[in-house]
Parts: sequence; structure tokens; C-alpha cells
Amino acid sequence: MVNVFTWLGRHIRLAVQFAFTLLTNGYMAGFTKGTIYTGATKFACVPGLNCYSCPGALASCPIGALQAVLGNRDYKFTFYISGFLLLVGALLGKLVCGWLCPFGLVQDLIHKIPFVKKIRRLPGDRWLRWLKYGILVGFVILLPLFAVDVIGQGQPWFCEFICPSGTLFAGLPLVGANADLQQTAGGLFAWKVGLLIGLVFLSIAVYRPFCRYVCPLGAVYGLFNKVSLYRLEIDHDKCTRCGACRKACKLDISVFEQPNSAECIRCGACKKACPNGAIRSTFERWTKERKRQDGRV
Amino acid sequence: MTARLKNRLWLILAAAGIVFIIVGVMRGEAQIVFTKAVNICLECIGIG
Repeated sequence: MVNVFTWLGRHIRLAVQFAFTLLTNGYMAGFTKGTIYTGATKFACVPGLNCYSCPGALASCPIGALQAVLGNRDYKFTFYISGFLLLVGALLGKLVCGWLCPFGLVQDLIHKIPFVKKIRRLPGDRWLRWLKYGILVGFVILLPLFAVDVIGQGQPWFCEFICPSGTLFAGLPLVGANADLQQTAGGLFAWKVGLLIGLVFLSIAVYRPFCRYVCPLGAVYGLFNKVSLYRLEIDHDKCTRCGACRKACKLDISVFEQPNSAECIRCGACKKACPNGAIRSTFERWTKERKRQDGRV
Repeated sequence: MTARLKNRLWLILAAAGIVFIIVGVMRGEAQIVFTKAVNICLECIGIG
């Protein structure tokens, strides 16, 4: 038992990722029957990218929900989803991506597969990182809003043509378990499976390529990293600018210069790597301050 | 941005988020999300 706790302590992020994925995708009957959950919890969204058509999903995907409301002919703005993104972003920022996103977990696991040469960044990385903002504006907001049919309804363009998370967690299990869906799967399904396979292979060599270059949800949360409740802080008295944090960061962020970069998923590797303990989170600072105050009392 | 404002900005944004969510529910947006989420989204799974 002690070993289990020791392992959990060392792999706390992986344990949280697994636990949250299972907790929010706990409708196991869906996987065997090839159906989806229809309970009232689907009014709410989960913080990560988690397709609501995943057979196990107990709640909704914020990006799918955003497109669903914007694509509705009666709405041109969504307070509900904007508010949800504001709330989660203000509290956690991109910590969601590192700790609570099922597709982030999948990429983390795939990247553990040994490969002859792990690639730190793709050629053109600096420009490719802007792609996710283009996808957010184009595929998630503008196309569902303005590319409408005769009755004024828009489509979920990101879900339909890009989202590999939907293909993995919803498309493959549903099509695999549902004979009717198998008969209707065609070119679009093949395109999405192809995208997923490409991303899986890329994830072996590059750490989290979908999060870095494509994910519109991470693009939104990243904008909050500088002001969210959870932030990283550098103790400049302790920091020697040795670069150990940058070396440890799989997303190639110079943490001692940009502790709250919009790319940071709060994995904590930099904190572990810092030889001087110069990096801490706002949560750790408050805990320390509270302990100090309790000590005085 | 002053450090004090930066430390409190999350609170303003979170409060705005809660207000937005309430407004969204009152406008019937939650119902749109629910209706979409309890039916298999053919676009999402690649059927079209």
C-alpha cells in the first residue's frame, strides 16, 4: 500500500489525469451499447476537450457547445459558454490542459513510446503556434456563425473537419459498436481517422503537437495564464538563470523569463528541475504563507 | 498593469464568468447545449 502512495506521489499529474478522465466519462454502458448518455449533467461542460458524443461522456465539450450555440439561428453570441470559459480560465488558465484534458492524457501517454529521436519543436514552430488561434477564430467562431444553411443554421466546423479527440473518443467507439453508423461512414470519417493517425504518430516524436498547434480550447485558456488564480512565480533572488527549467520543459518555454507563457500547460516539470527552488505556484505561496501565519498564532 | 490589479484580475474575470453563465441560462443557451449533447453528433464523429 505504501508503494501505491509513493507511486501516486511521484505521478500525481498522471493520476489526476486518469481519475478526471474516468470521472467525466463514466457511462460505461454507452461503450457496450454504442449509445451516449442523456442525463441532466449534459447541461454542463467539462473544462477539457471531451466530445459530448463520446459514449462515456457525462457532460458537454466547451468547444462543441460553443459551436452549437453560435450555429443556432437564434443566437449570435453565447453568454453561457463565454462565461464558462471566463470562469475556468480565470481560475486555472491552461492548467486544465496539463491536468484535466483527456486528449492531453492520450498525447502524454503516446509520447512515452520510445523513438529514435524526440523532436523538441517542429520546423516553423514559432509560426505554427499561431495556427490554433486561426482555428479558434475561423473554424469555431466565424464559420459556424456565418456559413449557414437556408434556415440559418451553422455547422460545428471544427468538430466536423478537424477534432481528433472526437474521432478517438466518439467516432471510433460509436462506429465500432453501431452497425447503422458503420454503413453511413464514408470519406469524412476516413479523413478524420487519417488526421488522428497522423497526430498519433507525430505525438510519438513531438510532445503534444495537437495542444501546441491546433487546439482552440487551449488557445482560449492560454490567454488567461498571465492573470489566472493559478500562476507561476519566479523568486529572482534564488534564480541564477541557469536554464534548467527550459531544458526540462517539453514545450520549450524559457520559464525563468516567461513563467506564465500562453503555451505553458502547468505540468510542473520546471519546478522539479529548478536546482534552487526558484519556481513556485501562487497556490504554494499561499499555502506557505498560511502555514507561517498559523505558526505565529 | 499594477501587481495589485494583476493579483485581483482573476476575481473580476471569474465574477464576470458567473454573471455570463446566469445570463446564458436565462437566454435558453443551456437548453441548446443540452439538446445537442444528448443526441449523437454526426458531424463530431465524422459521419457528416
